[in-house]
Amino acid sequence: MSKVLIIAEHDGATLNESTAKCVACANDLPDTEIDLLVLAKDGSGVAEQAARLDSVAKVRLIENDANEHALAAVLAPQIVALAGGYSHLFGPSTTFGKDLMPRVAALLGVNQVSDIMSVQGSHTFKRPIYAGNVILTVEAPADLPVVATIRTASYKSVSATNNAPVESLTDHTELPQHTRFVGLSSGSSDRPDLQSASLVVSGGRALGSAENFALIYALADKMGAAVGASRAAVDAGYVPNELQVGQTGKIIAPDLYIAIGISGAIQHLTGIKDVGTIVAINKDEDAPIFEVADIGLVGDLFKIIPELKDAL
Amino acid sequence: MEKILVGLKRVVDYNVRVRVRSDGSGVETDGVKMSINPFDEIALEEALRIKERGEASEVIVVSIGPSEAQQQLRTGLAMGADRAILIESADPVDPLTAARVFLELVNREQPGMVLLGKQAIDNDNNQAGQMLAAIWGRPQATFASKVEIQGSTATVTREVDIGLETIEIDLPAVVTTDLRLNEPRYVKLPDIMKAKRKPLDITPLAELGVGTATAHAEVAFEPPEERQKGIMVQDVAGLVEALKDKGLV
Ligand SMILES: Cc1cc2nc3c(=O)[nH]c(=O)nc-3n(C[C@H](O)[C@H](O)[C@H](O)COP(=O)(O)OP(=O)(O)OC[C@H]3O[C@@H](n4cnc5c(N)ncnc54)[C@H](O)[C@@H]3O)c2cc1C
Ligand SMILES: Nc1ncnc2c1ncn2[C@@H]1O[C@H](COP(=O)(O)O)[C@@H](O)[C@H]1O
Repeated sequence: MSKVLIIAEHDGATLNESTAKCVACANDLPDTEIDLLVLAKDGSGVAEQAARLDSVAKVRLIENDANEHALAAVLAPQIVALAGGYSHLFGPSTTFGKDLMPRVAALLGVNQVSDIMSVQGSHTFKRPIYAGNVILTVEAPADLPVVATIRTASYKSVSATNNAPVESLTDHTELPQHTRFVGLSSGSSDRPDLQSASLVVSGGRALGSAENFALIYALADKMGAAVGASRAAVDAGYVPNELQVGQTGKIIAPDLYIAIGISGAIQHLTGIKDVGTIVAINKDEDAPIFEVADIGLVGDLFKIIPELKDAL
Repeated sequence: MEKILVGLKRVVDYNVRVRVRSDGSGVETDGVKMSINPFDEIALEEALRIKERGEASEVIVVSIGPSEAQQQLRTGLAMGADRAILIESADPVDPLTAARVFLELVNREQPGMVLLGKQAIDNDNNQAGQMLAAIWGRPQATFASKVEIQGSTATVTREVDIGLETIEIDLPAVVTTDLRLNEPRYVKLPDIMKAKRKPLDITPLAELGVGTATAHAEVAFEPPEERQKGIMVQDVAGLVEALKDKGLV
């Protein structure tokens, strides 16, 4: 029997989509019972959303002022205090989970299984390595807890028709004061969220400037799509870092991904492996992106984007 | 602060397209170009800049790996590190063991900061820094894109999914680097010559006296499912038609 504790990701008000994907992954374990843990300042709203996720047995809620911002050093000891009795502790492969779960793993004295893309057995998993060039099957020790992050792009969210009980807990562990939240600057917009959008329009170095990148935004807005970018476009300052798609950015799986002026480096492609349909627009017919694109169009983006926008 | 420890892992160069060995027993690394993990190069660059600003007095580069990792450490010395430590292990080490090795070196050297990469691009684990911070009981600032030091604290900007988060941490602490933190310098020929005279200390992992963790068993290696090359369209009208056929617009 697998008893799984999933650490919920949220912003204080809304449960992140990544949590429902972790539940989907946990469902693939043999004979599972799944609890969710919400660590928050005022968490009742988030706990309510968590309780609706199908397959969740119960939601455990720890409310504490110290949990207002998700600081790994503060959250990890509270998770470890609850870890007894669980065979698996899961978090998402988002920056939240990547920051937090290895800290939990180390306190429990185990290595972490990073980026689970498929469950082969209670302790056996597939995960990508070398920027997705190789798929590795790993087996974690059977007698130790499995701490893992889940590659969210590999899973479809479970539905939300449940009504699991919520259990409020008080935590008595001593929490460190050595790490303090200062601020968050987010280029937040009304556009769909890159990680969960079903349509994404993405631009690369070829855009040439932040001003020109407006072409990508305009096309995305016309389509109701989220905006993404290559590392080169982020490094050059055309767009903020949270738009980077790839090995070291976001791994996404929309139904449609339109890559414009992106060459298709392996580090970029690993971020779009699970996309439904990849469209590539590039003036170089030999660009590697065409090797993986479902639909390719050779040409100058400065001519094509306005035309495409008008045609849609 | 007095010292900064920097991790330099020897990995397959990021330009190499690695392949699974034909018998599926692992990844083909024979004759393949090896380099410093790119995130570790960024970590070293940051440590050097901190030292050049007068906020640290010594930069020590550390690699856990085979004897050949001396090459990467020499490159680190040529970039400007003061001395190097190789913890020699013919077999690759898991992230928790790496963290325990770093903790032992932390106890010996008492650095004010340990700068590591956010992930090693071979196993893409993204664990060792967080693990070191955990077992050391100290702050972690992962995915850093800006590091400022104010005496006994540091302010670090972190690349997170929704933007940029800033945190303040007490030192000593672990910082892991993201791509935008800096652009590493190139090594110049005279520096390579000078680096040959800098100290490089080698200790076998077995003699360090750290308990190794249980690594995950590597059961199978396989190539990923390849995406098939699709169709080429001639113009925007063709593109729109193809998208309509698939019901995407
Ligand atoms: C450790 C590491 C991690 C990395 N992580 C990532 C990552 O997460 N994500 C990522 O994207 N990259 C990542 N990279 C970088 C990656 O290797 C590439 O450098 C990057 O993806 C290139 O971006 P690009 O395709 O926009 O630029 P380029 O490779 O320069 O491609 C630009 C393309 O635009 C085309 N073009 C030019 N002008 C026009 C025009 N007018 N119309 C149409 N097409 C035009 C060109 O033909 C070319 O194909 C990483 C690299 C390293 C070392
Ligand atoms: N064998 C090693 N030698 C030196 N540094 C390492 C080693 N393993 C991990 N590190 C450091 O820890 C970071 C994260 O590694 P990982 O958790 O394996 O992705 C790397 O970028 C290095 O800075």
